[in-house]
Amino acid sequence: MKRFEYIRATSVAEATSAAMEQNAVFLAGGTNLVDLMKVGVSRPDRVIDISGLAELARVEFLPNGGVRIGALVLNTDLAYHPQFSRDYPSVAEALLSAASGQLRNAATAGGNILQKTRCSYFFDLASACNKRQPGAGCDARDGENHGLAILGWSLSCIATHPSDFAVPMVALDAVVEIDGISGHREVLLDAFYTLPGDYPERETVLQPGELVVAIRLPPEAKTFAQHSRYLKLRDRTSFAFALVSVAASLVVEEGMIRDARIALGGVALKPWRARAAETRLKGQVCSDTLFREAAEVALADARPSGNNAAKIELSRRLVVRALRVAEAGNTDQPRSLPGSVFAEQPKVSANG
Amino acid sequence: MIIRIELNEKPCSIEVDDPRVTLLDLLRERLNLTGTKKGCDRGQCGACTVLVDGRRINSCLTLAFSVDGRSVTTVEGLAKGGKLHPIQEVFISRDALQCGFCTPGQLMSAVGLANEMPLRNDPEQIREAMSGNLCRCGAYQGIVEAIMDYHGALSTDGATHETI
Amino acid sequence: MRGRHGSSVGQPLTRLDGHLKVTGAAVYAADNNPPGMLHAVMATSDIANGKVASLEIEAAKRHPGVVEVMTPDNRPPIADPAGPDAPFGWRLDVLQSDIVHYAKQPIAVVIATSLEAATEGAALLAPRYEEHSPVADFDTAETFAATAAGVFGPARDEMGNVETELHAATFRLDEVYDTPAQYHNPMEPHAIVASWDGDELTVDTPSQGLIMAQRRISDLFGIPLENIHVRSPFLGGGFGNKGFLAGPQILGILAARLVGKPVKLVMRRDQMYGPLGHRGRTQQRFQLGLDDDSKLVALNHTIKAATSIFDEFVEPAGKISQTLYASRAIATDHQAVPMHIGTPGFMRAPGEASGSAALEIAMDEAAFARGLDPLEFRLNNYAEVEPISGKPFSSKELRACYTQGAARFGWADRPLLPRQMRNEAGLLVGWGVGTATFPTLMFNGQARAVLTADGAATVETAAADMGQGAWTSFAQIAADSLGLSLDKVEFRAGSSKFPDAGIAGGSAHTATAGSAIHAAGRDLIAKLAAIAARDERSALHGTGNKDIVARDGRLYLREDEDRSDSYIDILGRAGLGEIRSDSKVGPDDPIRSDYAMHAHGAVFAEVLVDPELGQVRVSRLVGAFAAGAIINPRLVRSQYYGGMIWGLSFALHEEALIDHRSGRILNADLAGYHVPVNADVVSLEALIVDEYDPHVNALGAKGVGELGITGTVGAIANAVWHATGVRVRRYPIKITDLIDQPGRSI
Ligand SMILES: Cc1cc2nc3c(=O)[nH]c(=O)nc-3n(C[C@H](O)[C@H](O)[C@H](O)COP(=O)(O)OP(=O)(O)OC[C@H]3O[C@@H](n4cnc5c(N)ncnc54)[C@H](O)[C@@H]3O)c2cc1C
Ligand code: SF4
Ligand code: FES
Ligand code: FES
Repeated sequence: MKRFEYIRATSVAEATSAAMEQNAVFLAGGTNLVDLMKVGVSRPDRVIDISGLAELARVEFLPNGGVRIGALVLNTDLAYHPQFSRDYPSVAEALLSAASGQLRNAATAGGNILQKTRCSYFFDLASACNKRQPGAGCDARDGENHGLAILGWSLSCIATHPSDFAVPMVALDAVVEIDGISGHREVLLDAFYTLPGDYPERETVLQPGELVVAIRLPPEAKTFAQHSRYLKLRDRTSFAFALVSVAASLVVEEGMIRDARIALGGVALKPWRARAAETRLKGQVCSDTLFREAAEVALADARPSGNNAAKIELSRRLVVRALRVAEAGNTDQPRSLPGSVFAEQPKVSANG
Repeated sequence: MIIRIELNEKPCSIEVDDPRVTLLDLLRERLNLTGTKKGCDRGQCGACTVLVDGRRINSCLTLAFSVDGRSVTTVEGLAKGGKLHPIQEVFISRDALQCGFCTPGQLMSAVGLANEMPLRNDPEQIREAMSGNLCRCGAYQGIVEAIMDYHGALSTDGATHETI
Repeated sequence: MRGRHGSSVGQPLTRLDGHLKVTGAAVYAADNNPPGMLHAVMATSDIANGKVASLEIEAAKRHPGVVEVMTPDNRPPIADPAGPDAPFGWRLDVLQSDIVHYAKQPIAVVIATSLEAATEGAALLAPRYEEHSPVADFDTAETFAATAAGVFGPARDEMGNVETELHAATFRLDEVYDTPAQYHNPMEPHAIVASWDGDELTVDTPSQGLIMAQRRISDLFGIPLENIHVRSPFLGGGFGNKGFLAGPQILGILAARLVGKPVKLVMRRDQMYGPLGHRGRTQQRFQLGLDDDSKLVALNHTIKAATSIFDEFVEPAGKISQTLYASRAIATDHQAVPMHIGTPGFMRAPGEASGSAALEIAMDEAAFARGLDPLEFRLNNYAEVEPISGKPFSSKELRACYTQGAARFGWADRPLLPRQMRNEAGLLVGWGVGTATFPTLMFNGQARAVLTADGAATVETAAADMGQGAWTSFAQIAADSLGLSLDKVEFRAGSSKFPDAGIAGGSAHTATAGSAIHAAGRDLIAKLAAIAARDERSALHGTGNKDIVARDGRLYLREDEDRSDSYIDILGRAGLGEIRSDSKVGPDDPIRSDYAMHAHGAVFAEVLVDPELGQVRVSRLVGAFAAGAIINPRLVRSQYYGGMIWGLSFALHEEALIDHRSGRILNADLAGYHVPVNADVVSLEALIVDEYDPHVNALGAKGVGELGITGTVGAIANAVWHATGVRVRRYPIKITDLIDQPGRSI
């Protein structure tokens, strides 16, 4: 790790102005940043520790019915917050399906949405990676890429975004609040992330020095409270990144879908909102056929970026399953294996 | 910078000249508290688990500077006055350890998890909650049994291991 | 020796070292911080083939805190690390040149006053290379006929005529199975703290073979054995890769020599995917021939296994085919695939694990093709004598393992056809079985017992506890052999100052060191009895050639227990401060060549598989194992559990992914390289099946450390097939293997 200047910020203003320095980064829980610094992917000159900013560590339920999650609210605290987890069960489930208990105790809401891809070539300094070094090339393209993107990728980068939390948040139209020396602005989380295009080194619209201060969910997000689930397929039962994940939220009235939200994780460089599939569902009566159609629509644009065609079919199936379990609804009892296909008692028809 | 922490219930202050020092390396290399182990140094194994303000975290991904002013509990702080902490007792009786290298982290995790979530009489919940602590020797079943014992509720399902 | 009432052996004692381990007081190598110590960090190669063209040594040295950079140019001289003294002639990479043969090969060592400075110093070396394209794709690499299977085994062997038998067989199966490269990944990374004092050296380093380590250092550095003290009281897991000293450990000693100060070198997790050995990638072809009665008439096992381009170690996967199932003809053949990788080596159940993983699927496929229950099929091909040699088994309770395991598991209810069972959640349920087996080995070992005038004893041997429980079970053996209660015996191990305990490997540590301890105690008691017999004042006077029993600090005449004398009195009257005995045991006992010696077991697995999404969870594992006398059932059960979890890991998780262009391993960590987490292990049961073996060793004990992996791998793979109807012939079985099978996916 390169030696750096350590600054502990005591206010947002102090943090944002300190961050105007070249090659400065914010340190929240450090679970991603310190890791990247150890590997050498990130070599900052200045580290601004924002973890002491208590004003960013609050969950506020807003008068309009929405909720404002301070950027420093810990993943664990948010997931187990009684009212939050009741109102936004898919978000709580996504948080608890991620990483480990220890990591969730350190990881913050802001840090989580800003974590970097887990593409192994990105972590391997000896490999060519456009994201690490613009123009260097992308060794993942002809390499080990069975877990990489099937949507929204470009020839310059086929990586995926690893956050679980961000997936239901995108589904529920979360808004990111940003402070910088030039003031405050807000961006829809979906628009906060950028696709690789020709500039894979960029991941968000965040400008140098800008700090995420909060993430908000709009009032209508909690109308899905009864039917919101997050499912995450992975190669071990816990403590693994998603191969594919799906957040599905429904408003169901007498079997009729009034509103629907779907986002997929692990398929693109950002959580993938499936708006066309949502439209397909709205106003329809829940059925397996309908869910399958929605899944087709959701993955209509998917194409393999390498040796990962299987992910497309898997994603379709997971969309169907997520819709099914969302329809079945949430239980009061927290799940012992959040986000896991082994967490529940689904009604499964033979051969799907 | 002088770091002041409450370490295993005692005040501790130490001058650290390098911001790169992690809490784990502070403990092991500068304070000679070597009970806490390093298995991966990247948050992937849980061997370095300690409690900071009562919450379990991976000390390998925590900068020492960041814990200034906070309280830190390590495995050395579990037993009091020569008497083992109950979790330590049940780890021995359930043979919840083999080589012992992951054990300090497992113990801290076992103690810390109760501060995070309401516990049910459910081994599945413990398994999930302990999944951030790898044990290559494979002592998992004993670990779950020990934690169920410790939290005062031995389950029926799953825990098929017969006590000998 | 079978456990008997009142004795320590056979008792399920809790670990005597448990207290140290739960308080953090157990000292592992990297926990040592001698005064004045410096930190060393290795720089390792990013390329797999070529040479280091340049290093920015000055840049590294300019970094505050960096003291020295060790490269091939200034590395202190040592004897040829691939010379005749090297175990099996294997080379160590200890900066002997700038040539690189595999990724993560050490290329320099940076020594600094802090770990942080040494780490950054290593990064600042920014090596430049002359790179050649490596051989990194197993499937397209060239092969040659291996010279040995593993290190001892014949590379090819044939009993009967496989070709003829295959030709004549009523049914033939011909399938290919793949196993990946796997890395030991003990939780404790290799570490060494080395301190020189003139020509004397103290090292703290995890070692499964302390005296061997001491000898190796002596050979390399040209200093006498007595000048070298190796300490390894606790290992944070070994699993085979702490058997021989590895290059990085020698580099730690060299670094300390170079700077003239104590040095600590701890490997980073990613660096453990290079110079430490691993379980090599294999591709195994099975041709089975069955007769009308579904008895094996031919078993042809051809193995292709990866090795490095500079040394040969070929995973001896064929061994198991020679010893497990009866067949009229058996042939095994090992081909080597040299690649630009670190040399593979011994990893928990070397040979048997990979061989069994493939063989057990093949057996399952054959059983199904013949419409037979897989357990019945295995019983139908039960080997009454060791197939390859025709020797009788010293003991073999495998039938009892099958029966007891099946009963406990509820195997009788298993439908023959796959995809018949669902649980209430709609998940597919499958049941599978596999046979476990591992040879009973023994090495040369020594121990010393000393009885002092106060009636207490110390027993010493340079044994290693890597988690199997040596501190406890060996103390139990010592106490029993000396006729003392456990609290009267101090057991010492983990230091090269003690007699050679052999290597803690091959599941032979109890057989070896345990037997040595037993012999030392027995001899000491014989000496004591002789003293008593000569002593007129002893109640045992004149009992010279009679049977004496030692118990609770007294000797008793077996035929008349009223005649007894205490150790304290015997020594006191003789005016002896202490008596001692040194023992030596070895594998050359002629009886060992008359018998085939193996431990056995049967493993039953239940898996749940999501019918659409293919995620697998092992919901239940029941193993029934017969391994002779059990010294401590609590610890033995833990060994079985550990082995079964390794089996689960092999079946579903572990795989090093190598980039075919660069030869670098892409998941060289513990996040991408999966081993099971707690949530992957739902329910384990290990039944200890009674087995009496008068031949294997004085204790009657076989090894238990490796047995549990074998059998489990195949049992899980077969259960996945039984759940889904999809036969996956490569490990680990992953979601995409079950989804992505054209026409046969779930
Ligand atoms: C072994 C392992 C397994 C994991 N598994 C999962 C998983 O399964 N699912 C999952 O979702 N995640 C997983 N994670 C990632 C983990 O969730 C993230 O590391 C964590 O959420 C990041 O939060 P943090 O507060 O620690 O961020 P930090 O590491 O402090 O910061 C991350 C990045 O965000 C920037 N940043 C932080 N806060 C702000 C802010 N307020 N404004 C602007 N920039 C900011 C930092 O500069 C840095 O670039 C895993 C991590 C590890 C190490
Ligand atoms: S996929 Fe993206 S992150 Fe991965 S190597 Fe290519 S450019 Fe880098
Ligand atoms: S050492 Fe911290 S998680 Fe492994
Ligand atoms: S006891 Fe050895 S790693 Fe857990």
